[in-house]
Amino acid sequence: MNHLLAAGTNPGTNTDEIARETIYWILAFASVGAALAMILVRRAVHCAMMLAVVMLALATMYAMQGAPFLAFVQIIVYTGAVLMLFLFVIMLIGISSEDSVTETIKGQRLAAGLVAIGFFVILILGIGHAALGPAAPSTVATQSSNLTGLATLIFTTYVFPFEVTGALLITAALGAMVLAHRERTTPRPTQRELATRRLENGQMAPDPSPGVYALHDAADRPALLPDGTTSDLSVSTVLAPRSVTDAPPAVRPPQEPEALTADGGEREPAPSGRADS
Amino acid sequence: MSPVHYVALSVILFVIGAVGVLVRRNAIVVFMCVELMLNACNLAFVAFASMHGNLDGQVIAFFVMVVAAAEVVVGLAILMAIYRARRSASVDDANLLKY
Repeated sequence: MNHLLAAGTNPGTNTDEIARETIYWILAFASVGAALAMILVRRAVHCAMMLAVVMLALATMYAMQGAPFLAFVQIIVYTGAVLMLFLFVIMLIGISSEDSVTETIKGQRLAAGLVAIGFFVILILGIGHAALGPAAPSTVATQSSNLTGLATLIFTTYVFPFEVTGALLITAALGAMVLAHRERTTPRPTQRELATRRLENGQMAPDPSPGVYALHDAADRPALLPDGTTSDLSVSTVLAPRSVTDAPPAVRPPQEPEALTADGGEREPAPSGRADS
Repeated sequence: MSPVHYVALSVILFVIGAVGVLVRRNAIVVFMCVELMLNACNLAFVAFASMHGNLDGQVIAFFVMVVAAAEVVVGLAILMAIYRARRSASVDDANLLKY
C-alpha cells in the first residue's frame, strides 16, 4: 500500500514521461470512446458497463496526477457502490428496458448536437485563453503524505463543509427510505385467513411440480407416462400392503366417470381413490 | 503531461455527458450521464490541484463525490417511485404536471 501511494504521488521518478504520455493517451481514447458508446448504445446495462470503463480510466488518471486517495475512493465509491446501485435499479426496472428511438420533440437531437458543439467550443476557447501553466513541482503537500494532507485540510479548513456533507448523507438516506417505502393499503392476511381461502378454493395441496404427469396430487395415484398410460412404479410399494390404496389401476376397469369430470382430465379414467374420501 | 491535457479531456467528457442528458429518454441513462459530467468535473479539479501543487482541489473533488453519491441515492429512489406509479422509466411518461 505504501509503495503504491508513493508511486502515485511521485511523478517522474518511477515512470518516465513517455510512459506517462502513453498511458494518458490510451486512457483518454478509452474514456472518450466509452463515453461516446454510453450515449449511443440502446440498453441501459451496456450503458452502465461503459460508464464503468470511464470511471476506471479516470481513477487511473487520478493516480497519475498525485491523488491516490481519490483514485481509490473513485474505484470503491463509484465503480463499487454507485454503479452497483445503478445495476440494482436496472434489475428492478427490467434488464431489457430499451430506449425509444422516436424523437418526441422535433429536431431535439440536432439542437442538442449544436448546443454541445457550441458549448465545447466555448469551453475549449476558455481553457486556451486561461494559459494554464505546467504541473507544479510536487511539494510536501502532494508528496508522500497525500492522505495526511487531505485529512488535515478536511478537518481544519473544510471542517464545516465536511459536517454539512454528513448532514446531506443522512438526509439522502432518509429520503431514499421515504421514497422507496410502500404503504400497505390492505391488512396483511393472517394464517387462518390463508387457510380458509385455500379451503374455499378446493385445492388443499399445491400443484404438482412441473414435468409430473398426474391427474391427482395424492401420493397413491400413479403418475402418467408421456403416452397417457399409468406407471405403477410411481406408487410406493409400501402403500399396497397396508391397503391404504386401491388395487393397482392397471387391472381395474374404467369406471366412475364423475371422478373423471371432477378432475377435468380427459386422458384416462382415474380410479376412485382418496380424492373423494 | 501538462494539466491542460487533463482539463481538455474533462471538457470532452463533460460535453458528451451533457449531450447524453439532452438526448436520452431513459431516466437511468440520464442519471448515468449526470454522473459522467460530475466525473469530468472531478478530473478538472484534480488537474487544477496538481497544477497549483496543493490539495484543495482534491478535497473539493472528494466533496463532489460525496454529493454525487447522495444524489444518486435520492434520484434512483425517485426513479423507483415513478416506475412503480407509471410502469415506465422514460422521462417522457412522467408528464403529470404538463397540462
